[in-house]
Amino acid sequence: MKTLKIFAVALAATVLISSCGDSGQSNNKKSNSGALNNSSAAEAVYVAPGEHDEFYEFFSGGFSGQVSVVGLPSGRLFRRIPVFSVDAEKGYGFDEESKAMLQTSHGFVPWDDSHHPKLSQTNGEIDGRWLFINGNNTPRLARIDLTTFETAEILEIPNSAGNHSSPYLTMNTEYLVAGTRFSVPIPQKDVSINTYKENFHGALSFISVDPEHGDMDIAFQIVMPGFDYDLASSGKGPSHGWTFFTTYNTEKGNTMKEATASQNDKDFIAAINWKKAEEYVAAGKFEEWDCSYAHNKVDEKTHIASTEMRNKVKVLKAADCPGMIYFLPTPKSPHGVDVNTTGEYIIGCGKLNADLTVHSFEKMLAAIAAEDYETIVDGIPVLKYESVVDGVVKSGGLGPLHTEFDGRGNAYTSFFISSEVVKWKLGTYEVLDRVPCYYSIGHLSIPGGGSMKPWGKYLVAMNKITKDRYLPTGPELAHSAQLFDISGDKMKLLLDFPTDGEPHYAQGCPAELIKPNSKKFFKLSENEHPYAIMSEEDARVERDGNQVHVYMSCIRSHFAPDNIEGIKVGDQVYFHVTNLEQDWDTPHGFAMMGANTSELLIMPGVTKTLYWEPKEEGVIPFYCTDFCSALHQEMQGYARVSAKGSSTELKWWLGED
Amino acid sequence: MKRLLFLLSSAIILVQCTPSSTDESVNDTSTVNNDQNNAVTLSGQEAVQDDESAKNILQVAAASPDHTTLAAAVQAAGLTTVLANNGPLTVFAPTNAAFDALPEGTVAELLKPENKSKLAEIITFHAAPGTYDVPALKDGQSLFVATGHNIKVEIKDDGTYVHGAKILGTVPATNGIVHVVDQVLLPQ
Repeated sequence: MKTLKIFAVALAATVLISSCGDSGQSNNKKSNSGALNNSSAAEAVYVAPGEHDEFYEFFSGGFSGQVSVVGLPSGRLFRRIPVFSVDAEKGYGFDEESKAMLQTSHGFVPWDDSHHPKLSQTNGEIDGRWLFINGNNTPRLARIDLTTFETAEILEIPNSAGNHSSPYLTMNTEYLVAGTRFSVPIPQKDVSINTYKENFHGALSFISVDPEHGDMDIAFQIVMPGFDYDLASSGKGPSHGWTFFTTYNTEKGNTMKEATASQNDKDFIAAINWKKAEEYVAAGKFEEWDCSYAHNKVDEKTHIASTEMRNKVKVLKAADCPGMIYFLPTPKSPHGVDVNTTGEYIIGCGKLNADLTVHSFEKMLAAIAAEDYETIVDGIPVLKYESVVDGVVKSGGLGPLHTEFDGRGNAYTSFFISSEVVKWKLGTYEVLDRVPCYYSIGHLSIPGGGSMKPWGKYLVAMNKITKDRYLPTGPELAHSAQLFDISGDKMKLLLDFPTDGEPHYAQGCPAELIKPNSKKFFKLSENEHPYAIMSEEDARVERDGNQVHVYMSCIRSHFAPDNIEGIKVGDQVYFHVTNLEQDWDTPHGFAMMGANTSELLIMPGVTKTLYWEPKEEGVIPFYCTDFCSALHQEMQGYARVSAKGSSTELKWWLGED
Repeated sequence: MKRLLFLLSSAIILVQCTPSSTDESVNDTSTVNNDQNNAVTLSGQEAVQDDESAKNILQVAAASPDHTTLAAAVQAAGLTTVLANNGPLTVFAPTNAAFDALPEGTVAELLKPENKSKLAEIITFHAAPGTYDVPALKDGQSLFVATGHNIKVEIKDDGTYVHGAKILGTVPATNGIVHVVDQVLLPQ
């Protein structure tokens, strides 16, 4: 409690100081310090009609569970990619093809909390192939294919709970990592929560990525002490082969964590030598544990997702694997950990602290070699703080969270409590510049952030609090992002723009890495969906007991068939609709009155299936929902529903009188 | 029909091999050349660079060596957007020979800028909203065309006729369908 009191005093003092400094601004917020004058800022973000943005930036949706695709510098939203949450607009999680994507060991989970998008890397540089993102609530990882901008695969992480320190991939995308924010009983069992200290553990998972197809697989898990594993960063260059995880709650508290987890002066950054872990796995030093987790994947030829339940995982125990894990003491419940572009500096942001702690990878190796241990915790050596720390940034801010780099030797750290970005120099640790954020920044992002080659032109601040920044929209406000020009010595505010959901991290790269590969449509000739049809001549309706399968096609501007009779109350009707178009930007929609599901949104060359249980007799209309052509309003049809047991003949037609 | 498809496909290859170039100083334009060197300068949606999608009506016409006059007329009439947009349209495409059969000097006269609206009326008379493949055209059918007129469909022993012109072949397009015809259709 003493620490907290001191902290509160420091906080109050800072508030006083900063409010003095801000007094000139409060009268005229438009003249934000650090901002370019309005016209030059406008010029810097103006993308002329028909021109393209320089960067793609992928924002996590936070509690939307999705990813949004935004252009920089304009801040324009291009697309929201459904990932962990159903999206009725696109039929994601509603049509028969995509439902399996949201299967888990807990059944169908239609929502998650997406946090940290990470682009795949080759040799430490963004390669523009895939985007990976973690689901925080029901632990999952997703892979988005950047040729289609669709979620291609979702892997559940067993023995985990709160997949927060994830994916933070390695420099050749060998592994994604998934550290648990909650320690839990592994395997889960019915125990008193007050037995936390003996029964609860944390799992750090390493997920391999197939270099050709991107398929994810859990290579191994490391069972760790019952701390909270918060964020991660993988090494690069000299530190390639190591991944660093922040921990908090090294006190192992299980209630009122805002106080109990803040007792220790220092928690740890856990340094995991995953190459060593690979050796232990290869040497058979693992245990195979029973568990249950879902692996969901879209077949590229049928566009149908399927679920495979898996039930084994290789587990390494920290105490059994010497040389695999070391703890680096780091003050005050570190949140972000970020390894710089050269792989030498490991920056820890104690979120209750004013200062940043910078560890040296080289010093860490020396301390390991010298067995320069402070103590051993649960079989894991704790290196001496003085032996590994390279410097401390006396930031003058409060509540540091995350750090990004510009590739020119500068680091940029977000400060939540003092609501600012602080620019400082690696190696000398001097503060070079600071700009306020409106308001309360969480993550920040420089395109290429986290890789060895950032493009240090822009910085995006993702703010948690909006209040008066936009036209108000009732109690719920769009989370704000702010774009800064960081090409010069001083950071310049260019633009505010609203975001979707609650972005945590965002990551971007030059458009040229992705744009040329973007798919225009799917080739119909390659469609192997079992209910696909290649032409209108194949359109038909088949009955199998009470199941009715409609093999339907759509093309500007009709469905084939568009009149169907012989469906009966109580039937299970599947409309398998193939979009025959082979042209860019020509999706069709399909919606059925009264269907207890969403529309279909069908890309050219693809087959999607809407399930419908007719409940009453009548003639039920269906139509195309995506304005496709001048005769879009004519793109419609009818399904006749007869009484159960009626003798209405099954028939269908298009264009016959 | 076979010959037409062959000609079309060879023209398409030529088009793809020809690097698109921007002439003059106009932004957002590209030039599509067919093997008759009849350049069609495009801007707007019809200038979208897309080598993967199947051809739209404008691209079908521009790539056909038998339709250079029609391509030039579409351009002169300012109808390129209409034929590149999402449609759907059924276009009756007179061959060069069909245009040549008009009284001497007619085409040259129509291509003059001052006759743009007259030319546009004639071209538009060849376009019916909707996608009518040959089986969808019935004898005696009255087909609404984009000028607001109706034209007559006749099925004869030797083929299908619209407004007195014979359908020589059919090319599907992404935004509709092109029926090649042996006569220019003229409003009466």
